[in-house]
Amino acid sequence: MSLTTFRARRLAHRLEPVVWIGPAVALIAVVVLWPVVVMFRASFQHFTPNGFVLGSRGLRNYSDLFDEPDLQAVLTRTVVWVIGVVVVTMVLSLGLAQLFNQRFPGRRVARWALIAPWAASVMMTSLIFRWALDPNSGVVNVFLHDIGVLDAFNSNQADWLGRPWSAFVWMMVVAVFVSLPFSTYALLAGLQAIPEEIYEAARVDGASTWRSYRSITLPLLRPSLLVAALINVINVFNSFPIIWEMTRGGPGYETATTTVFMFQLKQNFFGESAAMSVINFGLVIVLVVLFLRATRWREQVG
Amino acid sequence: MTATVAEPLTKTASGRATVARGRRPASGRKVLVALAAYVIAMIFLLPYVEMVITALRPPQELLSRGYLPKHFTWSNFTSLWKTGFQNNVGASLKVAGGATLIVLVVSLPAAYYTARRRFRGRMFFLLLVLATQMFQPAAMLVGIQREFTSFDIANPLISLMLVNAGFNLAFSVWILNAYFSSIPSELEEAAMVDGTSRIGALFRITLPLAMPGIVTAVIFTFIGAWNELLVALTFTSGRVSSQQPVPVNLNSYIGQYSIDWGHVFAGCVVATIPVIVLFAFIEGKVVGGLTAGSIK
Repeated sequence: MSLTTFRARRLAHRLEPVVWIGPAVALIAVVVLWPVVVMFRASFQHFTPNGFVLGSRGLRNYSDLFDEPDLQAVLTRTVVWVIGVVVVTMVLSLGLAQLFNQRFPGRRVARWALIAPWAASVMMTSLIFRWALDPNSGVVNVFLHDIGVLDAFNSNQADWLGRPWSAFVWMMVVAVFVSLPFSTYALLAGLQAIPEEIYEAARVDGASTWRSYRSITLPLLRPSLLVAALINVINVFNSFPIIWEMTRGGPGYETATTTVFMFQLKQNFFGESAAMSVINFGLVIVLVVLFLRATRWREQVG
Repeated sequence: MTATVAEPLTKTASGRATVARGRRPASGRKVLVALAAYVIAMIFLLPYVEMVITALRPPQELLSRGYLPKHFTWSNFTSLWKTGFQNNVGASLKVAGGATLIVLVVSLPAAYYTARRRFRGRMFFLLLVLATQMFQPAAMLVGIQREFTSFDIANPLISLMLVNAGFNLAFSVWILNAYFSSIPSELEEAAMVDGTSRIGALFRITLPLAMPGIVTAVIFTFIGAWNELLVALTFTSGRVSSQQPVPVNLNSYIGQYSIDWGHVFAGCVVATIPVIVLFAFIEGKVVGGLTAGSIK
C-alpha cells in the first residue's frame, strides 16, 4: 500500500462519522440550535411593530419586560400552573398505574381508552372542554343544571371561562387530563419491571399490602417517577394549546403563563417577546440539566 | 401478533422484560377493580364522544340543551368540505409526511453508526440528541420565526416540515439507536462472510430486524407533526386558508365572539382519522413507544 492511499484511507476513516452523523447534526443545528442564537440576538434588538429591525436596543427590551405590570402575576401563575398540574398528575397516575396493572377481563381495551387524550391532540381536547363549558348549552353546564348545582344558564356562574380563576382551574384540569396517559404508561412500565418475587418474599415475612407498597413499590418506582415528573414539568411549562384555545390568555393577560405571555407580546412587542423567550429558555435549560442528571444518561449510552 | 411485536421493543427500550405479573386477587376484589377501570376508561373517552356528537349535531340545534341532538346530520362535514378543507388536509399531510421522511433519512444512519461504532464525539452527539429531545419549539419560538421567515417567504410548509423534523429527530435517533444496539453485529458479519456487502447486510439483515423501531419512529414523528399547533400558527395564520395545516385552519372558525363549533369538531373528527389508523397499525407498541427513550 502506497503512502498516498494510506493517507487517503485514513482521511476517509476520519470523515466517516461526518457522513453518517453529519446530516443529523446539521438538522439539529439549523432547526434547534441556531434559533436560540437568533432569539438571543433579537432580545437586544429594536423592532418596529411589524418586525423590522431598527438597530440595537441594549437591555431595554428586558427592562421593559420587567416593567410590565402583569409580569409578576404571570410568573406566579406559571409556577402554580406547573407545580399544580404536575403534582396532581403524578398522584393520579400512581393510582391509575396501580389499577391498570391489576389483571381483569378487558384490561387491554381499558388501557386503550387511557391513550385517547394523547391521540386526539391537546388542541382538540382543549376545544372540547371549551365547548362543554359553554354558558348556554355546554354539557358540563347542562349536567350541573340537571343535578341542581347550576342555577341558571348564561349566568355569571355558568361562564366558567369568563372568570380568570375558574378558567385557570378548568385549564389545569385539562392539563392534568392530557398529561395522564404518558405518566400512567411510564409508571405502568416501571411497575411491570418490579419482580413479583420481592412481593412474595415480603408477604412471607408478614408485610401488609400498604407496607409492601411503601417499602417496595415506591422506592423501586422512584426512577420512573422522577423521569416522568420531569418530562411533565417540561411539557406543562411549554404548554401552549390549552390556554390558547380556552381563553387566549385572557381576559387581558389574566390567565397567561410565560409561554402564552411570550406569544401575546410577540404580536406587538417583538423585542420584549424575545426577552421573555430568553428567560423561558433559561428555565428550560435548568430543567434539561435536571433531566439529564435524573436519567443518568452516561450509564445508558456507555 | 401484538405480543411478539411489542416485546422486543419494550425489552430494548426499557432493558427489562415487561410481561405483566399481576397478583391473583380475590374475585370480589377483581370485580371492583374491573368496574373502577371501566368507569375511568369511560371518563377518558367521554370528551371525544361529545366531540363526535357535536360534529353530527345540526347547526340549529347547537343552542339546545339535550345531551343528544334530535337528529344527526353530516351537513357539518359536507359544508366543511365545500370550504376546501381537503387543501388543509393536504397541507397537513405534506408537512407531516415530509417531516417523517426527513427524520427517517437523517436518523437511520446516525442511529446505526452510533450503535455500531465507538468514535470521537459519540458521547457528545448522544448528549446533544438527549438534550434536544427535551427542547420544544415553544421555548425558542421567537428565534424560529425570525430565522425561517428570513429565508423562506414563499412556502411556509417547507419551513414547517423542517422544524417538525428537527424537533422530532431526537426521539427517532434515540429509539433506533436502542434497536440497532440490541441487534448483534455478528448477524451482519455472518452475512458478510457469506459474501454479502456491508450495505447489503445492513439492508437485508439489520433493517428488517429493526422494523418495529422504525415503524414506531415513523408513527410518532408523523403524529407529532400532524398535531403541531404553535409553529404552524406562527408560520401560516396570516396566509391564505388553502396553505394552512388543519389545526390552524380550524382555529379560523374561532372568532372573538362566536365559534362555529359544528365545523370545528367536524374538522377535529376528520383530523383524528389518520391518527386512529396509525394507532391500530402499531397496537401494542404504543405502550412501549410512549415511554421509550425517556424511561429506561
